[in-house]
Amino acid sequence: MMRRALSRLANPQLLALAGVLLINWILFPNFFRITWQDGRLFGSLIDVLNRGAPVAILAIGMAGVIATKGVDLSVGAIMAVAGAVAATLVVAGYPAPVAVLAALAVGLLCGLWNGFLVAVLDIQPIIATLVLMVAGRGIAQLITEGFIITFNDPVLVFIGTGSFLGFPMAAVIALVLMVLVTLLVRRTAIGLFIEAVGVNRAAASLAGIRSRMLLFLVYGLSGLCAAVAGIIVAGDIRGADANNAGLWLELDAILAVVIGGTSLLGGRFSVPLAVVGALIIQAMNTGILVSGFPPEFNLIVKAALILLVLIIQSPLATRIVPVRVAAPEARK
Amino acid sequence: MSRSLRPLVATAVIFAIAYGLAVMQFPTMFSTRVLGNFLTDNAFLGITAVGMTFVILSGGIDLSVGAVIGFTGILIAVLIAWAGWHPLAAFAMALAIAAAFGGTMGLAIHFLQVPAFIVTLAGMFLARGGASVITRDSIPVNHEFYSWISSLLIRLPGGGRLSVIGILMIAVFIIGALVAHRTKFGSYVYALGGNETSASLMGVPVARTTVGVYMLSSVLAALAGIVFSLYTSAGYPLAAVGVELDAISAVVIGGTLLTGGYGFVLGTFIGVMLLGLVQTYIIFDGSLSSWWTKIVIGGLLFLFIVLQRLIFAASTPGEKSS
Repeated sequence: MMRRALSRLANPQLLALAGVLLINWILFPNFFRITWQDGRLFGSLIDVLNRGAPVAILAIGMAGVIATKGVDLSVGAIMAVAGAVAATLVVAGYPAPVAVLAALAVGLLCGLWNGFLVAVLDIQPIIATLVLMVAGRGIAQLITEGFIITFNDPVLVFIGTGSFLGFPMAAVIALVLMVLVTLLVRRTAIGLFIEAVGVNRAAASLAGIRSRMLLFLVYGLSGLCAAVAGIIVAGDIRGADANNAGLWLELDAILAVVIGGTSLLGGRFSVPLAVVGALIIQAMNTGILVSGFPPEFNLIVKAALILLVLIIQSPLATRIVPVRVAAPEARK
Repeated sequence: MSRSLRPLVATAVIFAIAYGLAVMQFPTMFSTRVLGNFLTDNAFLGITAVGMTFVILSGGIDLSVGAVIGFTGILIAVLIAWAGWHPLAAFAMALAIAAAFGGTMGLAIHFLQVPAFIVTLAGMFLARGGASVITRDSIPVNHEFYSWISSLLIRLPGGGRLSVIGILMIAVFIIGALVAHRTKFGSYVYALGGNETSASLMGVPVARTTVGVYMLSSVLAALAGIVFSLYTSAGYPLAAVGVELDAISAVVIGGTLLTGGYGFVLGTFIGVMLLGLVQTYIIFDGSLSSWWTKIVIGGLLFLFIVLQRLIFAASTPGEKSS
């Protein structure tokens, strides 16, 4: 049992995270220093957790979608919509819990709309979610009427910037979501069903899996996660910015999921490792910032990272170095 | 034949109706001046969309085109303004770099056997990052060649102006249509998008065609970057963000099937014009805010995807893979 737990820890993702943190430490010796101040922890490591939380939350939802051989491009736009809804409602005088619930409901609705396009109308996921990616920011601007709506609601600000037992609230929310979703997919058969749909939807349906229902579930969850991330980001800046909230974060989320070892060809996924993937990306971001490189460097490093992961995952590499999990043959 | 032309006809009819309604409300929209500006303002989008049509016909997708436009713009501006190159030499350099860039993406997609969107996503990060590393500022281009190009105009009756970049877009569309429908490479692209396995069994050079398609897309994106540079007389690393979405939308609205293997280059032209019409209408109206553009484009995208589904579900019963 002990050995199994240890071998689980020694997976490539955690080693990569350790490697990135080590490089950060070499570049910036104070990287691991954590101080206690005003009832909360401070330090670069805590900053990685805090800044990485929105992408980690998106990645939690995205992992399930990608496991069904899909992809959700609309999460960034849904973040903007959810942030706009929450901000508009608290500014209009509604209590914060109502605003948060309404934002979550809108996110869920957006996700179910994607699920409807994919499951019922049978549209390719990348295109189905493109509709909302294009229209979503327009809808968010419609809600905020083109302004950046600022607010001072203590509850929303606490969700974005507060702390719980010293840890940033955003990271705590991400952790809770990760545990809940992991339990949902791994302690029930839902995870297996999702993977079955990803490998072959027709076969899964014939085997009695209600694949349509499952697609609604994964896209709905992705929309819900995006709404959570949207509320956090809005709370963090105390405002809803329809143009920039969550801009390009869908790409970071996909990258996090892929780094986490989820196959883009469907059929294999891991929620906790997707979160580790998000932390790797954020650790690189923070590392580049604290070591004084221009932030644009980040994009090039990310491109190199994608290429590296793809080469490792590719059938070409599996032919040269046999690994435990064989990659599926088909590509689309 | 008539059945396979149906989506193209649907797009053309919708454009005609939309334009007719717009003209009824604003009679001045029916003038050569507006039509000439239509072509000039959408030239870079149109040229990008031709390349995107080929990519989507082959069953792939290219998310890197917007970043390639931005990179090309900044590269040209730096070569002309800082290094003192002649614009034509800078253009040739940009096209060559784009060809190598697209070819590399094609090689990665074919030999690593990974989905096109993740490879071109990496390409997008790389091109955008590369552009920002060169410089983070907007660089103006003041060269007599640029002012000479923009002084070349064909005056149309009614006060309209047909600019060089507008003509260039039309030329790219005509050449693109000829390549797609009249050459061996064109039929290879269609075959690849129809079914890759069958195509390779029939002797289609899959590797060469895949590399060619992404090379073409990147080269056309670089050409669009040149046009964008002529249009704005400046280079900016964050220029043309999100153009890939507009280009994909134009291709889809133009009736090209997203799963590949079916579509027309001419349809994409109508798609680009329809997007341009939405923007022009919103400018003419004045009371509508700019965010309506995004919502209308999203709505059109949805409409046309559903339309495709219905037409193809009706024409090919059975064989519906997930």
